[in-house]
Amino acid sequence: MVKLKIDNFDVEVPAGTTILDAARQAHIDIPTLCKHPDVDPSAGCGMCIVKVNGRIMRSCCTPVAEGMQVITGDAEIVDVRRTVLELILSNHPNACLTCIRSGHCELQDMANVFGIEAAKLPNLTKKWEKDESTKAIVLDPSKCIICGRCVEVCQNQQNVWALSYLNRGLATRVTAAGGIPLADSPCIKCGQCSAHCPTGAIVEYDETQKVWEMLRDPNITTVVQIAPAVRVAIGEEFGFDFGENLTGKTYAALRRLGFDRVFDTNFGADLTVVEEATEFVRRFTESPESLPMFTSCCPAWVDMLEKTQHDMIEYFSTCKSPQSMVGALAKTYYAEKAAIDPAKMRVVSVMPCTAKKWEIVRSKDMSCSGYQDIDVSLTTRELCRMIKQAGIDFRSLPEEEADSPLGEYSGAGTIFGVTGGVMTAALRTAYYYITGEELGELNFKEIEGLEGIKEAEIEIKGQKVKVAVAHGCGNIQIVLDRIRAAQAAGEPLPYQFVEVMACRGGCISGGGQPRVMLPGQSKPRGITDDIRRKRSRGLLCEDECAQNRLSHHNESVKTLYKEYLGEIGGEKAHHLLHTHYFIRECYNKKES
Amino acid sequence: MDNNSLAAQVAAKWHKKRGSLIMALHEIQGVKGYVPWEDATAIAEGMGIPLARIYEVLTFYNFFKLDAPGKAVISVCTGTACYLKGNDKVLEEFKKELGVGEGESTPDRMFHLQSVRCVGCCGLAPVCVVNGKTYGRMTPDQVRGILNEWREKFKNEE
Repeated sequence: MVKLKIDNFDVEVPAGTTILDAARQAHIDIPTLCKHPDVDPSAGCGMCIVKVNGRIMRSCCTPVAEGMQVITGDAEIVDVRRTVLELILSNHPNACLTCIRSGHCELQDMANVFGIEAAKLPNLTKKWEKDESTKAIVLDPSKCIICGRCVEVCQNQQNVWALSYLNRGLATRVTAAGGIPLADSPCIKCGQCSAHCPTGAIVEYDETQKVWEMLRDPNITTVVQIAPAVRVAIGEEFGFDFGENLTGKTYAALRRLGFDRVFDTNFGADLTVVEEATEFVRRFTESPESLPMFTSCCPAWVDMLEKTQHDMIEYFSTCKSPQSMVGALAKTYYAEKAAIDPAKMRVVSVMPCTAKKWEIVRSKDMSCSGYQDIDVSLTTRELCRMIKQAGIDFRSLPEEEADSPLGEYSGAGTIFGVTGGVMTAALRTAYYYITGEELGELNFKEIEGLEGIKEAEIEIKGQKVKVAVAHGCGNIQIVLDRIRAAQAAGEPLPYQFVEVMACRGGCISGGGQPRVMLPGQSKPRGITDDIRRKRSRGLLCEDECAQNRLSHHNESVKTLYKEYLGEIGGEKAHHLLHTHYFIRECYNKKES
Repeated sequence: MDNNSLAAQVAAKWHKKRGSLIMALHEIQGVKGYVPWEDATAIAEGMGIPLARIYEVLTFYNFFKLDAPGKAVISVCTGTACYLKGNDKVLEEFKKELGVGEGESTPDRMFHLQSVRCVGCCGLAPVCVVNGKTYGRMTPDQVRGILNEWREKFKNEE
């Protein structure tokens, strides 16, 4: 432990702690625009300067030392910080009124805190073209302050290497390699760049207008579904605490927006479990050579597989994601049942995720109803915007129920939004399918929590199933390498069943989730491990309190097979609920 | 990837040596005069380095060129002496006449325009150098004449 004085308070922290982190013990948030707990310090912005034994230094990358005397804020420091901020602002468009991030922007927060009134310096902002090529995230380099968070997250946390720096000095810009469109790069649209961006330089591709138009059309039946992770984050935009589960209010808000039917992606999650557990049991008992099996509900992971992990394609579960299953059934099963012409039906999904916007047009399997199964996929942030535009008083809404039949769900369905949840749900059902008995203990503590790679061994009637749960794409690579090494050496597989979610923590921290500041929250805005834990709790608690915690006991799912699909894993189920994967190359078309 | 291509050979040579990306890119540019997209992607594949990182390096260092340079490389000195003597106006004139910016080549690949910091003959300031030939005491009205001189020269060589 190292002892030092910060603003004359005695502070004791482990060696290696930075001054920035140590200052929290003295109840001081040192301002920064580049340092984020998820990434290593880049010393990019210069806002976090402090005086160390009288000398001005950056606190984000200066470790504490015994006997250090640190001053975090005096008149001179505030003055220097204001100058640094003015320099950053001189290279940033003054366009807050028309920026989608307004009100959620760390640079704007900072300008307010420092009382910046009029620009003292000439504005050097360059007008770069926006990159909307992915139709999932929008990259506007003009608004970028080169803090480096997105590049750090994309390259090192996610190991995706879509984003990079181009050029140097004032001309520096964040783009895909060599300045090509992001859609031609290995970008998997996970949106973690957007979740970490302190400004409006990387945001969601906003499609709220399309949805308003559908809602306005009296000849159209609008159907909406919400993903598990949406319900534990949406409240943040309306003053609720992180992780509060607001399913009932969200349904109510959707009805008030004008949606004709409100369904729940959790129903699709239960259906996914039933299909996926069946697929796993088949592979496990009949063709062990087809193992390991990877879960396939995360579209960013599917994108990564198709682009860069071609040797793993055969091990992928062929199940569609819960979103796509609900989409397919809305325009077939439900349309038939309710006597609605699917040509006059529009299906909207609300997801915590930017990659889901891509999933709905991924391949022709996503139009198995004869129409595009899901017409628009909104992020949680977009839905919040629509609720505010409509003037709905979200806080005082009553709790409502989802519509039948695609609205019922089990506790197993709701935990799909958190790392470890899909595996837990699938194991509960797989155990039942293999043994004909229910599991005694429904939780698997080894695969809960934020450890990057989690492992467990489950005994099913004397047979051992080894599972792994990976979240954050950097961790996925490690799991894949272990599997490849075992395959190459002819050794037994380290895992038979692997759950993958591209974002750290799972969908609860997806690229489309809100980024608000609540009172008492330590900076920065946006996702941190503290928020990840709270949102996870919100979903896990719902499961623990649920009357039914098993997907295979979802009565609406049973009815669906009886009335419409026939056998689980059967021909009709395959047509509607399963998909194919294709090799896709990146970087193949450089603009000349 | 063509295994016999220059990029494949260069990648094979430097593959195992850590921190050798710059050396590999130097070799490509040494032969081709610039680093084409196809070679950069082949180096990425051959050396197992993400293409994003390769372009970070290529665009960080002024030395690397991404496009084939023009036949005549015009270096306009913007070192202290030349700048004070008005070479910025000469540079502007070249840009106007050629319709390209600094570090760019004309679409017909005849001229490449760049600014350099001091060519070591400040006594002649302001100075421009075209393919090794030095032009001293430059004024903007000499620009068109110099361009025509090189156009003529290339025409005669054909």
